[in-house]
Amino acid sequence: MNPARRKRLILIGLMVAGVAVAVGFALNAFNQNLMFFYSPSEVAQGKAPPDHAFRLGGLVTNGSVKRLPNGLTTRFEVTDNTRTVTIEYTGILPDLFREGQGIVAHGKLNADGVFIADEVLAKHDENYMPPEVADALKKSHKVNSAAGGREGALGREVNSAAGGREGTLGREEGVSASQKGTAP
Amino acid sequence: MLRFFHQLASPKHFYRISGKWIPWLGAACLAFMLAGLYQGLLVAPTDYQQGDSYRIMFVHVPAAWMSLFIYMVMAIAGGIGLVWRIKLAEIMAISSAHVGASFTFLALITGSIWGKPMWGSWWVWDARLTSELILLFLYLGVIALYNAVEDRRTAARATSILALVGVVNIPIIHYSVEWWNTLHQGPTVTKFDAPSIDFRMLIPLLLMAIAFKLFYAVVVLLRARVEVLQRERNTSWVKALVAEHE
Repeated sequence: MNPARRKRLILIGLMVAGVAVAVGFALNAFNQNLMFFYSPSEVAQGKAPPDHAFRLGGLVTNGSVKRLPNGLTTRFEVTDNTRTVTIEYTGILPDLFREGQGIVAHGKLNADGVFIADEVLAKHDENYMPPEVADALKKSHKVNSAAGGREGALGREVNSAAGGREGTLGREEGVSASQKGTAP
Repeated sequence: MLRFFHQLASPKHFYRISGKWIPWLGAACLAFMLAGLYQGLLVAPTDYQQGDSYRIMFVHVPAAWMSLFIYMVMAIAGGIGLVWRIKLAEIMAISSAHVGASFTFLALITGSIWGKPMWGSWWVWDARLTSELILLFLYLGVIALYNAVEDRRTAARATSILALVGVVNIPIIHYSVEWWNTLHQGPTVTKFDAPSIDFRMLIPLLLMAIAFKLFYAVVVLLRARVEVLQRERNTSWVKALVAEHE
Protein backbone atom coordinates (compact mmCIF):
# COMPACT_ATOMS: atom_id res chain seq x y z
CA MET A 1 0.00 0.00 0.00
CA ASN A 2 1.49 3.36 -0.86
CA PRO A 3 2.15 5.83 2.00
CA ALA A 4 -0.57 8.31 1.05
CA ARG A 5 -3.23 5.61 1.10
CA ARG A 6 -1.92 4.14 4.34
CA LYS A 7 -2.06 7.57 5.94
CA ARG A 8 -5.65 8.07 4.85
CA LEU A 9 -6.61 4.60 6.08
CA ILE A 10 -5.06 5.28 9.50
CA LEU A 11 -6.77 8.67 9.69
CA ILE A 12 -10.16 7.11 8.95
CA GLY A 13 -9.52 4.35 11.48
CA LEU A 14 -8.63 6.91 14.16
CA MET A 15 -11.69 8.99 13.34
CA VAL A 16 -14.09 6.06 13.66
CA ALA A 17 -12.39 4.85 16.86
CA GLY A 18 -12.49 8.38 18.32
CA VAL A 19 -16.18 8.81 17.60
CA ALA A 20 -16.92 5.35 19.05
CA VAL A 21 -15.08 6.17 22.27
CA ALA A 22 -16.80 9.55 22.61
CA VAL A 23 -20.25 8.08 22.04
CA GLY A 24 -19.41 5.19 24.38
CA PHE A 25 -18.62 7.62 27.21
CA ALA A 26 -21.72 9.68 26.50
CA LEU A 27 -23.99 6.64 26.53
CA ASN A 28 -22.37 5.40 29.70
CA ALA A 29 -23.01 8.75 31.35
CA PHE A 30 -26.65 8.77 30.29
CA ASN A 31 -27.17 5.08 31.00
CA GLN A 32 -29.98 5.63 33.49
CA ASN A 33 -31.82 8.03 31.18
CA LEU A 34 -31.78 5.48 28.37
CA MET A 35 -33.64 2.90 30.41
CA PHE A 36 -37.18 2.83 29.17
CA PHE A 37 -38.57 1.64 32.50
CA TYR A 38 -37.69 0.90 36.12
CA SER A 39 -38.10 -2.58 37.57
CA PRO A 40 -40.01 -3.19 40.83
CA SER A 41 -36.67 -3.86 42.62
CA GLU A 42 -35.36 -0.47 41.54
CA VAL A 43 -38.56 1.13 42.81
CA ALA A 44 -38.11 -0.68 46.13
CA GLN A 45 -34.52 0.60 46.35
CA GLY A 46 -35.79 4.14 45.83
CA LYS A 47 -34.08 4.61 42.47
CA ALA A 48 -37.31 5.73 40.81
CA PRO A 49 -38.18 9.44 41.10
CA PRO A 50 -40.66 9.79 43.99
CA ASP A 51 -42.42 13.00 42.98
CA HIS A 52 -42.81 12.80 39.22
CA ALA A 53 -44.04 10.29 36.68
CA PHE A 54 -41.88 7.39 35.47
CA ARG A 55 -42.33 4.04 33.75
CA LEU A 56 -42.51 0.77 35.60
CA GLY A 57 -42.01 -2.58 33.86
CA GLY A 58 -42.55 -6.13 35.01
CA LEU A 59 -44.56 -9.30 34.63
CA VAL A 60 -48.19 -9.30 35.70
CA THR A 61 -48.40 -11.68 38.67
CA ASN A 62 -50.73 -14.63 38.08
CA GLY A 63 -54.07 -14.29 39.83
CA SER A 64 -53.52 -10.67 40.80
CA VAL A 65 -55.72 -8.93 38.22
CA LYS A 66 -58.91 -7.56 39.81
CA ARG A 67 -61.52 -5.10 38.64
CA LEU A 68 -62.46 -2.55 41.25
CA PRO A 69 -66.21 -2.03 41.97
CA ASN A 70 -66.43 1.09 39.80
CA GLY A 71 -65.92 -1.23 36.81
CA LEU A 72 -63.29 0.81 34.98
CA THR A 73 -60.29 0.56 37.24
CA THR A 74 -58.08 -2.52 37.15
CA ARG A 75 -55.76 -3.36 39.99
CA PHE A 76 -52.90 -5.79 39.47
CA GLU A 77 -49.39 -6.54 40.61
CA VAL A 78 -46.18 -6.58 38.59
CA THR A 79 -43.09 -8.42 39.67
CA ASP A 80 -39.49 -8.94 38.58
CA ASN A 81 -38.86 -12.10 40.58
CA THR A 82 -37.75 -10.31 43.73
CA ARG A 83 -40.11 -7.40 44.40
CA THR A 84 -43.73 -6.64 43.58
CA VAL A 85 -45.54 -3.37 43.00
CA THR A 86 -49.31 -2.89 42.90
CA ILE A 87 -50.65 -0.90 39.95
CA GLU A 88 -54.03 0.75 39.48
CA TYR A 89 -55.10 1.73 36.01
CA THR A 90 -58.33 3.25 34.74
CA GLY A 91 -58.91 2.71 31.04
CA ILE A 92 -58.65 0.21 28.23
CA LEU A 93 -55.86 -2.34 28.50
CA PRO A 94 -53.95 -3.49 25.35
CA ASP A 95 -54.88 -6.80 23.68
CA LEU A 96 -51.77 -8.58 24.88
CA PHE A 97 -52.39 -7.68 28.52
CA ARG A 98 -52.84 -10.86 30.55
CA GLU A 99 -51.45 -12.57 33.61
CA GLY A 100 -47.85 -13.61 33.17
CA GLN A 101 -47.35 -11.03 30.40
CA GLY A 102 -44.67 -8.35 30.50
CA ILE A 103 -46.08 -4.82 30.65
CA VAL A 104 -44.77 -1.28 30.98
CA ALA A 105 -46.92 1.23 32.86
CA HIS A 106 -46.47 5.02 32.99
CA GLY A 107 -47.56 6.88 36.09
CA LYS A 108 -46.73 7.91 39.66
CA LEU A 109 -46.44 6.26 43.05
CA ASN A 110 -49.02 7.49 45.55
CA ALA A 111 -48.53 7.82 49.32
CA ASP A 112 -49.48 4.17 49.94
CA GLY A 113 -46.89 2.87 47.49
CA VAL A 114 -49.53 2.02 44.88
CA PHE A 115 -48.53 2.94 41.33
CA ILE A 116 -51.28 4.97 39.69
CA ALA A 117 -50.84 4.40 35.96
CA ASP A 118 -52.12 6.65 33.20
CA GLU A 119 -50.88 4.38 30.40
CA VAL A 120 -50.27 0.62 30.20
CA LEU A 121 -48.29 -0.86 27.28
CA ALA A 122 -47.87 -4.58 26.67
CA LYS A 123 -44.30 -5.70 26.17
CA HIS A 124 -44.17 -8.49 23.66
CA ASP A 125 -41.50 -11.17 24.05
CA GLU A 126 -39.27 -12.57 21.32
CA ASN A 127 -41.02 -15.96 21.08
CA TYR A 128 -43.16 -16.90 18.12
CA MET A 129 -45.04 -20.19 18.00
CA PRO A 130 -48.32 -21.57 16.71
CA PRO A 131 -51.15 -22.08 19.25
CA GLU A 132 -50.77 -25.87 19.25
CA VAL A 133 -47.18 -25.60 20.44
CA ALA A 134 -48.15 -23.12 23.12
CA ASP A 135 -50.94 -25.50 24.22
CA ALA A 136 -48.53 -28.41 24.36
CA LEU A 137 -46.13 -26.37 26.48
CA LYS A 138 -48.94 -25.35 28.79
CA LYS A 139 -50.21 -28.93 29.08
CA SER A 140 -46.79 -30.30 29.95
CA HIS A 141 -46.44 -27.78 32.70
CA LYS A 142 -49.94 -28.48 34.03
CA VAL A 143 -49.09 -32.20 34.27
CA ASN A 144 -45.91 -31.29 36.11
CA SER A 145 -47.66 -29.05 38.57
CA ALA A 146 -50.33 -31.68 39.25
CA ALA A 147 -47.56 -34.15 40.04
CA GLY A 148 -45.93 -31.58 42.28
CA GLY A 149 -49.08 -31.24 44.35
CA ARG A 150 -50.04 -28.16 46.30
CA GLU A 151 -46.56 -26.91 46.89
CA GLY A 152 -45.77 -27.43 43.24
CA ALA A 153 -48.77 -25.42 42.16
CA LEU A 154 -47.71 -22.61 44.40
CA GLY A 155 -44.20 -22.75 43.03
CA ARG A 156 -45.52 -22.63 39.52
CA GLU A 157 -47.53 -19.55 40.26
CA VAL A 158 -44.58 -17.65 41.62
CA ASN A 159 -42.11 -18.87 39.06
CA SER A 160 -44.17 -18.47 35.94
CA ALA A 161 -45.18 -15.00 36.98
CA ALA A 162 -41.64 -14.02 37.71
CA GLY A 163 -39.69 -15.83 35.04
CA GLY A 164 -36.97 -14.28 32.96
CA ARG A 165 -34.20 -11.96 33.87
CA GLU A 166 -34.96 -8.38 34.55
CA GLY A 167 -35.46 -6.42 31.40
CA THR A 168 -36.22 -9.22 28.99
CA LEU A 169 -39.33 -10.45 30.78
CA GLY A 170 -39.08 -13.59 28.69
CA ARG A 171 -42.04 -15.89 28.60
CA GLU A 172 -40.18 -19.04 27.78
CA GLU A 173 -37.80 -18.70 30.69
CA GLY A 174 -40.87 -18.39 32.90
CA VAL A 175 -42.23 -21.67 31.63
CA SER A 176 -38.97 -23.53 32.06
CA ALA A 177 -38.47 -22.04 35.50
CA SER A 178 -41.89 -23.29 36.49
CA GLN A 179 -41.04 -26.74 35.26
CA LYS A 180 -37.95 -26.76 37.40
CA GLY A 181 -39.91 -25.41 40.32
CA THR A 182 -42.54 -28.11 40.10
CA ALA A 183 -40.31 -31.14 39.82
CA PRO A 184 -41.38 -33.46 42.64
CA MET B 1 -10.19 -12.87 -9.49
CA LEU B 2 -8.29 -9.71 -8.65
CA ARG B 3 -8.29 -8.80 -12.29
CA PHE B 4 -12.07 -9.22 -12.38
CA PHE B 5 -12.50 -6.71 -9.55
CA HIS B 6 -10.01 -4.39 -11.16
CA GLN B 7 -12.01 -4.41 -14.35
CA LEU B 8 -15.29 -4.04 -12.47
CA ALA B 9 -13.98 -0.88 -10.84
CA SER B 10 -13.71 0.80 -14.21
CA PRO B 11 -17.00 2.59 -14.92
CA LYS B 12 -17.20 1.33 -18.48
CA HIS B 13 -16.91 -2.34 -17.53
CA PHE B 14 -19.18 -1.88 -14.56
CA TYR B 15 -21.85 -0.45 -16.85
CA ARG B 16 -21.58 -3.38 -19.24
CA ILE B 17 -21.46 -6.16 -16.60
CA SER B 18 -24.18 -4.74 -14.35
CA GLY B 19 -26.48 -4.50 -17.37
CA LYS B 20 -26.17 -8.26 -17.74
CA TRP B 21 -26.71 -9.00 -14.04
CA ILE B 22 -29.80 -6.89 -13.39
CA PRO B 23 -32.39 -9.09 -15.17
CA TRP B 24 -31.15 -12.23 -13.35
CA LEU B 25 -31.06 -10.53 -9.98
CA GLY B 26 -34.52 -9.09 -10.62
CA ALA B 27 -35.97 -12.48 -11.55
CA ALA B 28 -34.41 -14.11 -8.46
CA CYS B 29 -35.76 -11.30 -6.27
CA LEU B 30 -39.27 -11.80 -7.64
CA ALA B 31 -39.09 -15.58 -7.12
CA PHE B 32 -37.93 -15.27 -3.50
CA MET B 33 -40.43 -12.50 -2.80
CA LEU B 34 -43.37 -14.57 -4.11
CA ALA B 35 -42.21 -17.71 -2.27
CA GLY B 36 -41.70 -15.69 0.93
CA LEU B 37 -45.10 -14.01 0.71
CA TYR B 38 -46.84 -17.31 -0.04
CA GLN B 39 -45.11 -19.05 2.86
CA GLY B 40 -45.59 -16.09 5.16
CA LEU B 41 -49.23 -15.27 4.44
CA LEU B 42 -50.68 -18.70 3.67
CA VAL B 43 -48.45 -21.47 5.03
CA ALA B 44 -47.05 -20.16 8.32
CA PRO B 45 -49.32 -20.83 11.32
CA THR B 46 -50.87 -18.05 13.38
CA ASP B 47 -49.05 -16.97 16.52
CA TYR B 48 -50.29 -18.18 19.92
CA GLN B 49 -50.56 -14.66 21.29
CA GLN B 50 -50.66 -12.20 18.43
CA GLY B 51 -52.85 -14.14 16.00
CA ASP B 52 -52.35 -13.03 12.43
CA SER B 53 -50.98 -9.57 13.28
CA TYR B 54 -47.49 -10.97 13.73
CA ARG B 55 -47.25 -11.54 9.95
CA ILE B 56 -46.18 -7.92 9.50
CA MET B 57 -42.79 -9.05 10.80
CA PHE B 58 -42.13 -10.74 7.43
CA VAL B 59 -41.70 -7.22 6.09
CA HIS B 60 -40.65 -5.41 9.24
CA VAL B 61 -37.75 -7.62 10.33
CA PRO B 62 -36.04 -7.99 6.90
CA ALA B 63 -36.48 -4.24 6.32
CA ALA B 64 -34.82 -3.50 9.66
CA TRP B 65 -31.96 -5.90 8.86
CA MET B 66 -31.53 -4.22 5.49
CA SER B 67 -31.41 -0.76 7.05
CA LEU B 68 -28.35 -1.85 9.06
CA PHE B 69 -26.77 -3.92 6.27
CA ILE B 70 -27.04 -1.18 3.65
CA TYR B 71 -25.57 1.36 6.06
CA MET B 72 -22.53 -0.87 6.55
CA VAL B 73 -22.18 -1.31 2.77
CA MET B 74 -22.46 2.44 2.30
CA ALA B 75 -19.88 3.25 4.98
CA ILE B 76 -17.39 0.61 3.80
CA ALA B 77 -17.76 1.65 0.15
CA GLY B 78 -17.33 5.27 1.26
CA GLY B 79 -14.20 4.33 3.20
CA ILE B 80 -12.75 2.50 0.19
CA GLY B 81 -13.56 5.54 -1.93
CA LEU B 82 -11.74 7.79 0.53
CA VAL B 83 -8.61 5.68 0.83
CA TRP B 84 -8.16 4.32 -2.69
CA ARG B 85 -10.01 7.11 -4.54
CA ILE B 86 -12.02 4.58 -6.54
CA LYS B 87 -14.80 6.37 -8.36
CA LEU B 88 -17.06 3.34 -8.43
CA ALA B 89 -16.86 2.88 -4.64
CA GLU B 90 -18.08 6.47 -4.20
CA ILE B 91 -20.89 5.80 -6.64
CA MET B 92 -21.95 2.61 -4.82
CA ALA B 93 -21.93 4.45 -1.48
CA ILE B 94 -24.18 7.28 -2.60
CA SER B 95 -26.46 4.96 -4.60
CA SER B 96 -27.02 2.88 -1.46
CA ALA B 97 -28.19 5.84 0.61
CA HIS B 98 -31.64 6.18 -0.97
CA VAL B 99 -32.41 2.45 -0.77
CA GLY B 100 -31.22 2.35 2.83
CA ALA B 101 -33.35 5.33 3.78
CA SER B 102 -36.39 3.65 2.19
CA PHE B 103 -35.85 0.41 4.11
CA THR B 104 -35.36 2.31 7.37
CA PHE B 105 -38.58 4.20 6.75
CA LEU B 106 -40.37 0.93 5.95
CA ALA B 107 -39.09 -0.66 9.16
CA LEU B 108 -40.25 2.31 11.24
CA ILE B 109 -43.69 2.47 9.59
CA THR B 110 -44.43 -1.28 9.79
CA GLY B 111 -43.21 -1.30 13.39
CA SER B 112 -45.53 1.56 14.22
CA ILE B 113 -48.53 -0.14 12.59
CA TRP B 114 -47.77 -3.28 14.59
CA GLY B 115 -47.07 -1.37 17.79
CA LYS B 116 -50.48 0.25 18.04
CA PRO B 117 -52.52 -2.97 18.48
CA MET B 118 -49.80 -4.98 20.25
CA TRP B 119 -48.14 -2.54 22.61
CA GLY B 120 -50.97 -0.02 22.69
CA SER B 121 -48.90 2.84 21.27
CA TRP B 122 -47.83 4.03 17.81
CA TRP B 123 -44.49 5.26 19.06
CA VAL B 124 -42.43 5.19 22.24
CA TRP B 125 -39.05 6.80 22.83
CA ASP B 126 -37.22 3.65 23.82
CA ALA B 127 -33.59 3.01 22.86
CA ARG B 128 -34.30 0.73 19.87
CA LEU B 129 -36.88 2.96 18.22
CA THR B 130 -34.94 6.16 18.85
CA SER B 131 -31.65 4.79 17.49
CA GLU B 132 -33.43 3.49 14.38
CA LEU B 133 -34.95 6.95 13.87
CA ILE B 134 -31.45 8.45 14.15
CA LEU B 135 -30.37 6.02 11.43
CA LEU B 136 -33.08 7.43 9.15
CA PHE B 137 -31.78 10.94 9.83
CA LEU B 138 -28.22 9.81 9.09
CA TYR B 139 -29.33 8.47 5.70
CA LEU B 140 -31.23 11.69 4.97
CA GLY B 141 -28.19 13.70 6.06
CA VAL B 142 -25.95 11.75 3.68
CA ILE B 143 -28.36 12.35 0.78
CA ALA B 144 -28.75 16.05 1.60
CA LEU B 145 -25.00 16.60 1.98
CA TYR B 146 -24.28 14.88 -1.32
CA ASN B 147 -26.76 17.10 -3.13
CA ALA B 148 -25.59 20.26 -1.38
CA VAL B 149 -22.06 20.11 -2.85
CA GLU B 150 -21.69 20.97 -6.52
CA ASP B 151 -18.61 18.92 -7.40
CA ARG B 152 -19.47 15.19 -7.37
CA ARG B 153 -16.10 13.99 -6.12
CA THR B 154 -15.87 16.52 -3.29
CA ALA B 155 -19.46 15.68 -2.38
CA ALA B 156 -18.65 11.97 -2.30
CA ARG B 157 -15.70 12.56 0.04
CA ALA B 158 -17.77 14.66 2.44
CA THR B 159 -20.63 12.15 2.53
CA SER B 160 -18.23 9.24 3.04
CA ILE B 161 -16.88 10.91 6.17
CA LEU B 162 -20.42 11.51 7.46
CA ALA B 163 -21.33 7.89 6.73
CA LEU B 164 -18.25 6.63 8.59
CA VAL B 165 -19.01 8.78 11.63
CA GLY B 166 -22.54 7.35 11.67
CA VAL B 167 -21.26 3.78 11.80
CA VAL B 168 -21.12 4.11 15.58
CA ASN B 169 -24.93 3.99 15.57
CA ILE B 170 -25.07 0.49 14.06
CA PRO B 171 -23.95 -1.52 17.12
CA ILE B 172 -26.08 0.77 19.27
CA ILE B 173 -29.19 -0.19 17.29
CA HIS B 174 -28.32 -3.86 17.36
CA TYR B 175 -27.52 -4.11 21.07
CA SER B 176 -29.99 -1.49 22.32
CA VAL B 177 -32.46 -4.17 23.38
CA GLU B 178 -29.78 -5.92 25.43
CA TRP B 179 -27.99 -2.95 26.97
CA TRP B 180 -31.07 -1.12 28.15
CA ASN B 181 -34.64 -1.84 29.21
CA THR B 182 -36.71 -1.24 26.10
CA LEU B 183 -40.30 -1.84 25.08
CA HIS B 184 -39.04 -3.46 21.89
CA GLN B 185 -38.47 -7.19 22.37
CA GLY B 186 -35.05 -8.81 22.23
CA PRO B 187 -33.53 -10.63 19.24
CA THR B 188 -35.29 -13.82 18.10
CA VAL B 189 -33.33 -15.25 15.20
CA THR B 190 -29.77 -14.45 16.31
CA LYS B 191 -30.31 -15.82 19.81
CA PHE B 192 -27.90 -18.66 20.47
CA ASP B 193 -29.81 -20.67 23.08
CA ALA B 194 -33.22 -22.28 22.53
CA PRO B 195 -34.81 -21.33 19.20
CA SER B 196 -37.68 -19.03 20.02
CA ILE B 197 -39.40 -19.00 16.65
CA ASP B 198 -41.32 -21.85 15.06
CA PHE B 199 -39.58 -23.39 12.06
CA ARG B 200 -42.53 -22.71 9.72
CA MET B 201 -42.37 -19.03 10.68
CA LEU B 202 -38.61 -18.82 10.28
CA ILE B 203 -38.66 -20.07 6.64
CA PRO B 204 -40.71 -17.18 5.20
CA LEU B 205 -38.71 -14.73 7.29
CA LEU B 206 -35.45 -15.92 5.74
CA LEU B 207 -36.97 -16.07 2.24
CA MET B 208 -38.10 -12.47 2.58
CA ALA B 209 -34.66 -11.47 3.89
CA ILE B 210 -33.03 -12.93 0.76
CA ALA B 211 -35.65 -11.27 -1.48
CA PHE B 212 -34.94 -7.89 0.15
CA LYS B 213 -31.19 -8.36 -0.32
CA LEU B 214 -31.72 -9.07 -4.02
CA PHE B 215 -34.08 -6.11 -4.30
CA TYR B 216 -31.36 -3.90 -2.88
CA ALA B 217 -28.82 -5.34 -5.35
CA VAL B 218 -31.11 -4.55 -8.30
CA VAL B 219 -31.97 -1.02 -7.18
CA VAL B 220 -28.43 -0.08 -6.20
CA LEU B 221 -27.10 -1.27 -9.58
CA LEU B 222 -29.80 0.66 -11.46
CA ARG B 223 -29.03 3.81 -9.50
CA ALA B 224 -25.27 3.34 -9.85
CA ARG B 225 -25.60 2.97 -13.65
CA VAL B 226 -27.40 6.30 -13.88
CA GLU B 227 -24.77 7.93 -11.68
CA VAL B 228 -21.97 6.43 -13.82
CA LEU B 229 -23.52 7.79 -17.01
CA GLN B 230 -23.95 11.23 -15.49
CA ARG B 231 -20.39 11.41 -14.22
CA GLU B 232 -18.86 10.01 -17.40
CA ARG B 233 -21.06 11.90 -19.83
CA ASN B 234 -18.09 13.57 -21.51
CA THR B 235 -16.12 10.39 -22.12
CA SER B 236 -15.95 8.71 -25.48
CA TRP B 237 -17.57 5.42 -24.39
CA VAL B 238 -20.72 7.15 -23.09
CA LYS B 239 -20.94 9.25 -26.26
CA ALA B 240 -20.59 6.08 -28.33
CA LEU B 241 -23.31 4.42 -26.24
CA VAL B 242 -25.66 7.35 -26.77
CA ALA B 243 -24.93 7.43 -30.50
CA GLU B 244 -25.69 3.71 -30.66
CA HIS B 245 -29.17 4.26 -29.19
CA GLU B 246 -30.10 7.21 -31.36
